[in-house]
Amino acid sequence: MQWETVIGLEVHVQLATQSKIFSGASTAFGQSPNTQANAVDLALPGTLPVVNEQAVDYAIRFGLAIGSDICRETVFERKNYFYPDLPKNYQTSQMDAPIVEAGHLDIQLANGEEKRIRIHHAHLEEDAGKSLHEDFHGQTGIDLNRAGTPLLEIVTEPDIRSIEEAVAFAKKLHSLVTSIEVSDGEMSQGSMRFDVNISVRPMGQEEFGTRTETKNLNSFKFMEDCIALEVERQIEVLESGGSITQETRLYNGQTKVAKSMRTKEEANDYRYFPCPDLLPIEITDERIERVRGELPELPEAKCARFIEAFGLSDYDANLLTQDSTTAKFFEKTTGLCSDAKLVANWLLGDVAAMLNAQELTLSESKLTPELLAGLISRIKDKTISSKIAKTVFEKMMTEGLDADAIIEKEGLKQESDEGAIEKMVDEVLAANPEQVANYKAAPPEKRKKMSGFFVGQIMKASKGKANPGVVNQLLAKKLSD
Amino acid sequence: MSVQIDEIRKVAKLAKLSIDESQVSDVCDGFNQILGLVDKMQQCDTDNIKPLANPHDAKQRLRADEVTATNERDKLMQVAPETEDGLFLVPKVID
Repeated sequence: MQWETVIGLEVHVQLATQSKIFSGASTAFGQSPNTQANAVDLALPGTLPVVNEQAVDYAIRFGLAIGSDICRETVFERKNYFYPDLPKNYQTSQMDAPIVEAGHLDIQLANGEEKRIRIHHAHLEEDAGKSLHEDFHGQTGIDLNRAGTPLLEIVTEPDIRSIEEAVAFAKKLHSLVTSIEVSDGEMSQGSMRFDVNISVRPMGQEEFGTRTETKNLNSFKFMEDCIALEVERQIEVLESGGSITQETRLYNGQTKVAKSMRTKEEANDYRYFPCPDLLPIEITDERIERVRGELPELPEAKCARFIEAFGLSDYDANLLTQDSTTAKFFEKTTGLCSDAKLVANWLLGDVAAMLNAQELTLSESKLTPELLAGLISRIKDKTISSKIAKTVFEKMMTEGLDADAIIEKEGLKQESDEGAIEKMVDEVLAANPEQVANYKAAPPEKRKKMSGFFVGQIMKASKGKANPGVVNQLLAKKLSD
Repeated sequence: MSVQIDEIRKVAKLAKLSIDESQVSDVCDGFNQILGLVDKMQQCDTDNIKPLANPHDAKQRLRADEVTATNERDKLMQVAPETEDGLFLVPKVID
């Protein structure tokens, strides 16, 4: 039987505010445990939440970017459940009147088609803390630094029909939230987490199958692997005459093993009700128009502008506008060295390879637009060849010096002086009389290939510093003498 | 609407309340009295009335996104029963 996969996503996006959603504690990542958890975050008696205006504005900004209506009187509710890293014993979230109403995101598929994925709604909520299960004399350690960090939970309709569509949606959403700068999108720090609802049904059947939900996937790759595994499992169960249990599952990206966490029968009854500590938030026309005015350029518009203004290919422009950090880096570097094509080649080539190898993001690396522009300027003014530039780049990254300092220190300046190069050409020819004789005896169409040997020897003698243009020119002259 | 003893046990479990077996029946009666009151209220016609999220006739004030809190970990840890290496310790929980 042929099966159709049906997927809906719930995506938690950490909003890029300085302070928490209900308190003035910092949201900075990676600080010493509990140094950023104040009395409100700890839910000490007598404390009251006050809503962070920036979190509200970021949610509105996202809503405008996906073409949704903004709820004019949005309400926070209590989602009640018990877990030690949730100090209040409820999560302040939204249910009946979420801030962002229905919208959509269009994804591009490999076959060139575009597909619209409807977004049911997006709501504001607070993150929980972190439980450390390592052994504290048989106890669990709690770090509440993350408690109260503002999240936007984005919920799609079950419109996704394949792994490809799910990954395309996730990447598009990541590109959108980073481009409009509502989130830093740092997946390794948990700034974007996916809950995946998966079911299968016989192809052509209207009714949805029973779904399972796998929680907290924090990379595109984990999501892809997890969906493949779960779809395979469900089909296997159904084809062997079994039935799918509605349950919450956990997937371990490292071991690639999924397991059941709880079934519907054991599921929490969250007993939502409006939070009495928070009044409804009125969202005025003025606020919406102000936020609309602050909305940064959307990725598609930016991509079109890069093609138009910088003469980039569709492919390059698309890659450079996937996230706002890269796009900004590109524009700033190009502004400094005015060679868009070279900047694009470097960012998508050597820079991307280096980041990949060191498992860093552009913002985590030592590279700055100033450093890259400095390097590219030296290629443009022919101080160094493209080949030497790769060496300079590697040293830039390990030593943290700028291109000029490395060229000076390592003596990598390209040799363009004809007298000096002529001397090297003469020496190489004199050292290889046999090859010279062969060259001269060879028919002209074979000579070009044979001259490569001499170029190689000369470049080697100059330690790669000889200007290749000058070398070729002098060599051709000498060999034809 | 009314509830049975089983539902009382379930709600108590969710709320992390321990109710003595001898009291479950009384609690259930109390619950059903309140639910009876709710049933009475349900008889009101609320068709054209917007749900009320908060009884105060006011709107939420928002605060600017500024870090105003300082690190008070040491002070806050003094009210916790057990701490270690800057962490609060709680009975072991396993997912």
